[in-house]
Amino acid sequence: MRNYKTVILSNQEISSGYYRMRILVPEIGKVARPGHFVMFRVQTSLPPLLRRPFGIFRTGFLPADCDGQPAKEYLEILYKVVGQGTTIMSGLHEGDRVEVLGPLGRGFDMGTSNTEKILVGGGIGLVPLYMLARELIKTSKVRLLMGGRRRDDIIVVTEFERLGVETYVSTEDGSLGEEGLVTQVLERKLRKFPNADVYACGPMPMLEAVQRICATHKVPLQVSLEALMACGVGACLGCVVKGVGHTDQTPRYLCTCKEGPVFRAEQLDWRKMAQDDGYCEGCKS
Amino acid sequence: MTGRAMKTDKNDRRPNLAVEIAGIRMKNPVMPASGTFGYGEEYAPYLDLEQIGAIVTKGLSLNPKAGNPTPRIAETVSGMLNAIGLQNVGVDAFIQYKLPFLREINTPVIVNFFGNTLEEYGEVARRLADIPEVAGLELNISCPNVKQGGIVFGTDPKAASEVVGLVRKHSKKPLIVKLTPNVTDITVVARAVEAAGADAICCINTLTGMAVDVKTRKPRLANKTGGLSGPAIRPVAVRMVHQVVQAVKIPVIGVGGIVCAMDALEFLIVGATAVQVGTANFVDPRAMPNIIEGIETFCIEEGISDIRELIGSIQL
Ligand SMILES: Cc1cc2nc3c(=O)[nH]c(=O)nc-3n(C[C@H](O)[C@H](O)[C@H](O)COP(=O)(O)OP(=O)(O)OC[C@H]3O[C@@H](n4cnc5c(N)ncnc54)[C@H](O)[C@@H]3O)c2cc1C
Ligand SMILES: Cc1cc2nc3c(=O)[nH]c(=O)nc-3n(C[C@H](O)[C@H](O)[C@H](O)COP(=O)(O)O)c2cc1C
Ligand code: FES
Repeated sequence: MRNYKTVILSNQEISSGYYRMRILVPEIGKVARPGHFVMFRVQTSLPPLLRRPFGIFRTGFLPADCDGQPAKEYLEILYKVVGQGTTIMSGLHEGDRVEVLGPLGRGFDMGTSNTEKILVGGGIGLVPLYMLARELIKTSKVRLLMGGRRRDDIIVVTEFERLGVETYVSTEDGSLGEEGLVTQVLERKLRKFPNADVYACGPMPMLEAVQRICATHKVPLQVSLEALMACGVGACLGCVVKGVGHTDQTPRYLCTCKEGPVFRAEQLDWRKMAQDDGYCEGCKS
Repeated sequence: MTGRAMKTDKNDRRPNLAVEIAGIRMKNPVMPASGTFGYGEEYAPYLDLEQIGAIVTKGLSLNPKAGNPTPRIAETVSGMLNAIGLQNVGVDAFIQYKLPFLREINTPVIVNFFGNTLEEYGEVARRLADIPEVAGLELNISCPNVKQGGIVFGTDPKAASEVVGLVRKHSKKPLIVKLTPNVTDITVVARAVEAAGADAICCINTLTGMAVDVKTRKPRLANKTGGLSGPAIRPVAVRMVHQVVQAVKIPVIGVGGIVCAMDALEFLIVGATAVQVGTANFVDPRAMPNIIEGIETFCIEEGISDIRELIGSIQL
C-alpha cells in the first residue's frame, strides 16, 4: 500500500467507450493480488476532487531493451467512460502524470485447487477476473462466462483464452456469442459441473441473479462489489454495504474498501443490498 | 550570542513551528479533522504519524453507532457531501482496541466525541477523563447529520453552554469545542462556549447541503441532506475563523477546505493557532506532511523564525 506518483505508459481505446491504461508502478507485481484495486488521480488537475476506484486488470513487466531502456513494471486498468473523471482519463496520454494509491482491499480467496472454477463477468466487471484466472489456471480448470449488452461490451476475452481459460460469450442483443443473459449460461454450466467454485463481478442485478443460482446449486460464490468511495482505506466509512443479519437495531455494515471489495456471498444481505441499489426485480415483491 | 551569526546551514534556519493549545504541545500546527482520518491506523502506511501536530479521532459516542443508510457520500463541485451518520465503535471499544495502537506514537491524541443526550456527553467525557493517552477532548456539538445529535446543541447558545459546562465538570482534560457553521452568527455560540469553560474552539464543521440526481429525481444521499466539506467551503471557514478569533480570547483551530500549505496559512494569518485537514486526506494521504513542509518553506522564504509571528498577522 503506497501512493505512487508516476506516469502513464499508454492509454488506448480498446472498444467503443472502453479504455486500457498502462501505468508505470515499480514492484507492483510483488504486492498486487487478484481482486485488489487502486484509487486513481490525475496529478495535475483538481477537478474531480475525489480519486476514482479501479480494479487492477493485470500487472506486467517490460524487460530492458537494447536501446538502453531499463526494465519497467506496470499495472493496467481497464475502464469504461461513464462520467466526469473517466472522460478526463480518456484524454490522457503517455507521459502524463498520475497518482495511484494501492494496492487496496481484500482480494479473492483461491479456494481449493483442482476443483472446477467458473468466473462470471458482466461488462467492465470482467476486470478483476483476469489476475484471478492467471492464478487459478495453475491448479484448476477455469471457465469464463462473459456477458454484456452488446458486442462492444465484450472486451479482452481473447486474453483469457491465451491463458488457457475456456470462454463463453453471451450478449443481450445477440450481436456476439449466445443471445441472452450470462446467468443462463451459468445455470447450464452448474448443472454440468455441480462442484464448481464461482467468482463473479459485474452490475448489481447480475450479481444478485448469480447469487440466487449459486445458492440453489449450493456452490461457493465470491463476488467483487462496487461502492461509492472517498478514501479507499477505511477512514471515511462512505463505502459500506449491508452484511447478513443487518437490521436497523442490529446494524452489520461491511466496509467495501477494506473488508472487500471481494466478499463471500454468504457475508452479504442480498435482499437489502439490492433494495438499496434500486435494481432488483425479484426483491421488490 | 556570537555563535548565531555563524549558523548558516539550512537546519539552523528552520523556523519553529511548535504551538500549544490548552496545554497540548504540538510539533507543528497541522492535524487531521475528525472523521477523515479514522482512528489513525488507517493512514499509518502512508505517513509518519509522529510528523503531524496531533491525531484527532473519528467522533465517538457512548455506545457503538451504526450510521446512516447508503449512499452516504456524493461528490460535488470542489467538495463532497457526507451523511455517514457518525458510525463509530463506541468509547469503550475505542479504549480497548484502538487506543493501544495510538499509545505507541509520540503525538498527542485528541478524542472527538458526541452524545445523543446531555447525559451521554457527560458519560463519554467521564470515561475518557482518566486515560493518560488522551491529550485532549474535542466536543462535537455541531454534527448536522444525526437527528438528535449535535444540531440542537450547536445552534442554540444556551444548550451549547449547558453541554460544555457538564463536560467540564466530568473532565479536567483540555477541552476543545467544535462549532457548527449552520448558524446566523457564529460568534454568539463561540462566546457562550468560552464562558461555559471551553479551553479552545475548533471551527468549522460541515455546512448542511443537498444534491439531487436529476434522472431519478431523488436526493443523492439516502439521508437527503449531508455535510459539505472540501475546498468549496474554505472561504466560508476562513471568514468564520476570523470572526471567532475576534470574539473570544481562547485559541481557535481552523478547519474547512484546506488542501495545501497556502490554504493553511490563510487560517493562521486570520488568527487560528492550528489547523485541521479533512477531505484533503482522501484526495492525498500525504496532504498533511506536504502542508507542514510547505508552511516551513513559506516561513523560511518570508524570514519568519517562529510560526507564532504569523498567527493573527492579518493586515486589516
Ligand atoms: C472496487 C472498485 C473497482 C472498480 N473497478 C472498475 C474497473 O476496473 N473499471 C471501470 O471502468 N470501473 C470500475 N469501477 C467503477 C469506477 O470507479 C467508476 O466507473 C468511476 O468512479 C466513475 O467515475 P466518473 O467520474 O467517470 O463518473 P461520475 O458519475 O462523474 O462520478 C461521480 C462520483 O461517483 C463515483 N462513481 C460513479 N460510478 C461509480 C461506480 N460504478 N462505482 C463506484 N463509484 C462510482 C465516482 O467515483 C465519483 O465519486 C470500480 C469501482 C470500485 C468501487
Ligand atoms: C466523511 C467525513 C466524516 C466526518 N466525521 C466527523 C466526525 O465524526 N466528527 C466531527 O466533529 N466532524 C466530522 N467531520 C467534519 C470534519 O472534521 C471537518 O470539520 C469538515 O470536513 C471540514 O473540513 P474539510 O473541508 O477539510 O474536510 C467529517 C467530515 C467528513 C468529510
Ligand atoms: S472508501 Fe472510505 S471507508 Fe471505504
